[in-house]
Amino acid sequence: MNENKNAADTRLRPRGTDMVELTFDPAEARASEKTGDPRRNSQKRLILGDKFFKLLTGAAAAFVLMILFGVIFTLIEGSLPALLHFGPSFIWTEEWNPVKERFGALAPIYGTIMTSLIAMLVAVPVGLGIAIFLTELCPPFLRRPIGIAIELLAGIPSIIYGIWGLFIFAPFLQRYVQPLMIDTLGNVPGIGWLFAGPPYGIGVLTAGLILAIMVLPFIASITRDVFETVPPVLKESAYGLGATTWEVVWKIVLPYTRVGVIGGVMLALGRALGETMAITFVIGNAHRISASVLQPGTTISASIANEFVEALAELHTSSLTALGLILFVITFIVLACARLLLASLNKRAGGV
Amino acid sequence: MIDNALYRRRKLRNRFHMMMSLATAVFGLVWLVLILAMLLVKGIGGLNLAVFTQMTPPPSASGGLLNAIAGSLILTFLGVIIGTPVAVLAGTYMAEYGRYSKLTNVVRFINDILLSAPSIVIGLFVYSIMVRPMGNFSGIAGAVALAILVVPVVVRTTEDMLLLVPNQMREAAAALGAPRWTVIRYVGYRAAKTGIITGILLAIARISGETAPLLFTALNNQFWSTNIFAPMPSLPVVIFQFALSPYEDWQRLAWTGALLITVAVLTLSVLARVLVSKEAK
Repeated sequence: MNENKNAADTRLRPRGTDMVELTFDPAEARASEKTGDPRRNSQKRLILGDKFFKLLTGAAAAFVLMILFGVIFTLIEGSLPALLHFGPSFIWTEEWNPVKERFGALAPIYGTIMTSLIAMLVAVPVGLGIAIFLTELCPPFLRRPIGIAIELLAGIPSIIYGIWGLFIFAPFLQRYVQPLMIDTLGNVPGIGWLFAGPPYGIGVLTAGLILAIMVLPFIASITRDVFETVPPVLKESAYGLGATTWEVVWKIVLPYTRVGVIGGVMLALGRALGETMAITFVIGNAHRISASVLQPGTTISASIANEFVEALAELHTSSLTALGLILFVITFIVLACARLLLASLNKRAGGV
Repeated sequence: MIDNALYRRRKLRNRFHMMMSLATAVFGLVWLVLILAMLLVKGIGGLNLAVFTQMTPPPSASGGLLNAIAGSLILTFLGVIIGTPVAVLAGTYMAEYGRYSKLTNVVRFINDILLSAPSIVIGLFVYSIMVRPMGNFSGIAGAVALAILVVPVVVRTTEDMLLLVPNQMREAAAALGAPRWTVIRYVGYRAAKTGIITGILLAIARISGETAPLLFTALNNQFWSTNIFAPMPSLPVVIFQFALSPYEDWQRLAWTGALLITVAVLTLSVLARVLVSKEAK
């Protein structure tokens, strides 16, 4: 260390200066006599610092796990009173009566699944269409701007979709679309009951459609990314054999990316199931199961958002927490499957 | 000999499906454009100086969104301050010390799930660990809820960005005798700085529009409040409350607030994107 210092000092100093005299520091010499070799000392400090830093980062990583366990633990703890009081029948009871303190989760569960189902029915084909358009059809100069626009839209907060749905989309549906549906689809035998009743504007269908618009950019950007993992060689050889664009998409791109597309769709489903604000605005918040999708309903997240602050009775709060637990378990399973599927795709892409 | 009928059928089929793809793309994009357009039209109508200088009004009176905007800024700031250090450290462990450890794989999996976990459940979690023990709704509880949403985003980008740093640079530093944490601080962080900042910007964009986790943590407050141990207003919650009210003044303010949030979120996302593309050059 000292030699290095001296060597560096020589370069900076005018010639002829006596360097040994100048770098000698009596205070430093005394200190090093007292505590031993200064080099070993600083080394010790560095190693100790390294150990501490490793421990710190490891603790932070473990903390991420603690969040998950904390969420699960508090949800279970909070929902215990309701689950003990109602037993497993909590899940298949429709009644939700805060006055009589009788609660069942069936209506919110049904609403959550129904709205997500509608959203997926609409958003998956359209999202795939956008992804196919972006990867196969779009002129190159438009590809980047449209891709960026879609990614930006995926980041818009859900409350924006909610307020738009409430003031613009729901009245539009009520005035123009729903009467048409009731008159035409409502009379089709077999599925007529799905479209029965007066056009409220708000309801399960509206919520599902808003949800579809919301997850659309998400599905589009994720499937586009997945489509781009297809090696160009595969597509080019198909084109070389005379395949049309559609045949390349249907027989090369989709089979190759099947797992990834399913993973992406499940990821979007996970989002849709847990979505709160966009739905709370337009679902109507009625704790009942109606056959018709035009009628108001509720979802797990909407029930919690609407009632939790106002819930006074312990059983009411606990029932809402139990709803949260059910939602968390469902989304956890869906998201875990999605991640595993996407991870297996990455492994393969890395191997090819 | 070419089977002409088959060839024609294939071409027709191709044209049909490509038209469908184009139609769905146009259909999908039109809705998204419509939403933004309506937001602009409705939001700009209510935009004036009072929005930024006056408090949220009682029903059918004029006013602004000052306390809500301030509340949102405070909550977002606190959320980022609380969440980022933990997340950066966790990401550091995953990319540096524990790159091949089991803990890293588990944490990565869980983190990816937390990334899209329902935010309302996070609200319930923070309610039971903070609001109930403390006895009242508070700004700090809202900030913690937001911090929990910040963590997965920043963990993910920190890990990804540190993994991008070439190993030769680490080896060169180690060969000079630098211990690992010095290598991480002076080589890893320095090389991954832009990426980590981008992650933080994306996290801010994500939490600045979050409503669900604030509903029963920070609650709302009609008045000016900077006390983080008392209920605190925030833009998204005010929008939620005002939009569902029957009063026209409130609804107009809700639209304006929605426009403000969207502009903020889009600006942050664009900024993050610009940073990334600058780095790529």
